[in-house]
Amino acid sequence: MLPALVFLIVVTQLPFVATVVISFVRWNALAPDNRGFAAFDNYKAVFTDPAMRSAIWTTVLLTVTVVLVSLVLGLGLALLLDRKFTGRGVVRTMLITPFLVVPVAAALLWKHALYNASYGLINGTLTWIWKLFGSADPPQPDWMTTSPLAAVEVALIWQWTPFMMLILLAGLQSRPADAVEAARVDGASTWDVFRYLTLPHLRRYLELAALLGTIYVVQNFDAVFTITSGGLGTGNLPYTIYQTFYQAHDYGRASAQGVVVVVCSLLVATFALRTVSSLLREEITR
Amino acid sequence: MSATTVRAVAPAERRRRRTGSLLGLAAWLCGIAFFLPVAWMVLTSFHSEADAATNPPSVGAGLTLHGYREFFGAGTGVSPWPPLLNSLTASVASTLLVLALAVPAAYALSIKPVRKWSDVLFFFLSTKMLPLVAGLLPVYLIAQNVRMLDDIWLLVILYTSMNLPIAVWMMRSFLAEVPVEILEAASIDGAGLPTTLVRIVAPVALPGIAATALISFIFSWNELLFARVLTGIVAGTSPVFLTGFVTSQGLFLAKVCAAATVISLPVLAAGFAAQDKLVQGLSLGAVK
Repeated sequence: MLPALVFLIVVTQLPFVATVVISFVRWNALAPDNRGFAAFDNYKAVFTDPAMRSAIWTTVLLTVTVVLVSLVLGLGLALLLDRKFTGRGVVRTMLITPFLVVPVAAALLWKHALYNASYGLINGTLTWIWKLFGSADPPQPDWMTTSPLAAVEVALIWQWTPFMMLILLAGLQSRPADAVEAARVDGASTWDVFRYLTLPHLRRYLELAALLGTIYVVQNFDAVFTITSGGLGTGNLPYTIYQTFYQAHDYGRASAQGVVVVVCSLLVATFALRTVSSLLREEITR
Repeated sequence: MSATTVRAVAPAERRRRRTGSLLGLAAWLCGIAFFLPVAWMVLTSFHSEADAATNPPSVGAGLTLHGYREFFGAGTGVSPWPPLLNSLTASVASTLLVLALAVPAAYALSIKPVRKWSDVLFFFLSTKMLPLVAGLLPVYLIAQNVRMLDDIWLLVILYTSMNLPIAVWMMRSFLAEVPVEILEAASIDGAGLPTTLVRIVAPVALPGIAATALISFIFSWNELLFARVLTGIVAGTSPVFLTGFVTSQGLFLAKVCAAATVISLPVLAAGFAAQDKLVQGLSLGAVK
């Protein structure tokens, strides 16, 4: 265990310490001579920056929407797939596919092949349907400019729903069948079985899915970077830090942003870990 | 008595069967809806550029390998092989490293419980919750100083740290399935630690190890942020190549779809082949 611990501390924890130190330094790589102790200047800049405030809001909105919607959709799909029907294996394979497409490729696919206003599949289908009814004037909205955040969210929900479904499906399949049988014999309706047997059993799987989904969606960079390049109010925290560091070269301020993000994450993480600790406590320990 | 029951049950049974097939149909429709974008990507990749960019879509247009030939450098002179090889190196090497570090750690955490094992487990998971982007700058500066920028082995180290916590979690629950009795029996029979590990633990834990390796491989293959900031011409990985591909070539939809398909192919193939392992692995076995 020790090698793994040491490795993790060196590679993940030490950089954060360095980040904290740099956040107190006035340091822009474009002006290397003007470097010095900045006290809280970087933090002042971060908290008065409207872009940063909007990035926090965007991150929260993006994460909550994507995780909740894909969790509900994933639950529905898992319940559908938990039954026996012809071609179940094929349907499961089709449903898993979005999760397996490389995120950048998926983002490119949505941006160019689906959302594109002039030849994307969505507007193309609209044209096709309108033609069926003899109209030459179909609506052709530019999805990425009219509702940019929703465009990013839909692409992410498409990618993450299969992930949620996989976890919940594993949960459903570990559900003891005899309890359901017994309830049925006692005259319980489908809804009763779902409400009083399935849902309580799935609770821990739902929590786990939400937790893992949140960890990955909060840190999303690929979709925001590719689909909108952070424009039109879709710049989330990772993208904003990337910009401050990689394009503005303001090392001090990027670090301060990083520290703020870490503190926020820790608050959320403490809450989330408490949930997980309930997961652990109920597990048989040896 | 029994005859009346059968007659009473029959309509309900028929109704149940009807809803059953309706729900099966609903599942099929959902499956197709989720698969459609990928199918569209693959279909477009086999179209000519002119057929790819039509409105309404030209579903029945003739198929061509033009997009793939262009992607593999026929018309542009930019070869995708170095980034593909870089991705392979980074994913395989970091996955091996993850296994080498995670298996002993998970063994220690599950089979021979150390004190405060749950605290250690929390620590592993908590490193996963810190946004990676906040550590990016120091990593960049250190890499610059030790001249490891644009070096694929830097990514190997970072991807290892990225996947290690999840791997420890997954491995621990898989190893916990090894029955204690067998371990005790083995030690009574005088088996040493290496023998126990190879002959008893490994066979039971092998599917779990495979699932962990698969997840680690997928996340490494997909990573973009670190690769984009820390690599350049030499060590750029496939996702980086893909983002550059669009901007430097302008938009050729068929070619972009071909590129996206090729780069997704290794993960798709591995994922399809190991679906059941993936289901088991993603639930982390943590909630059994």
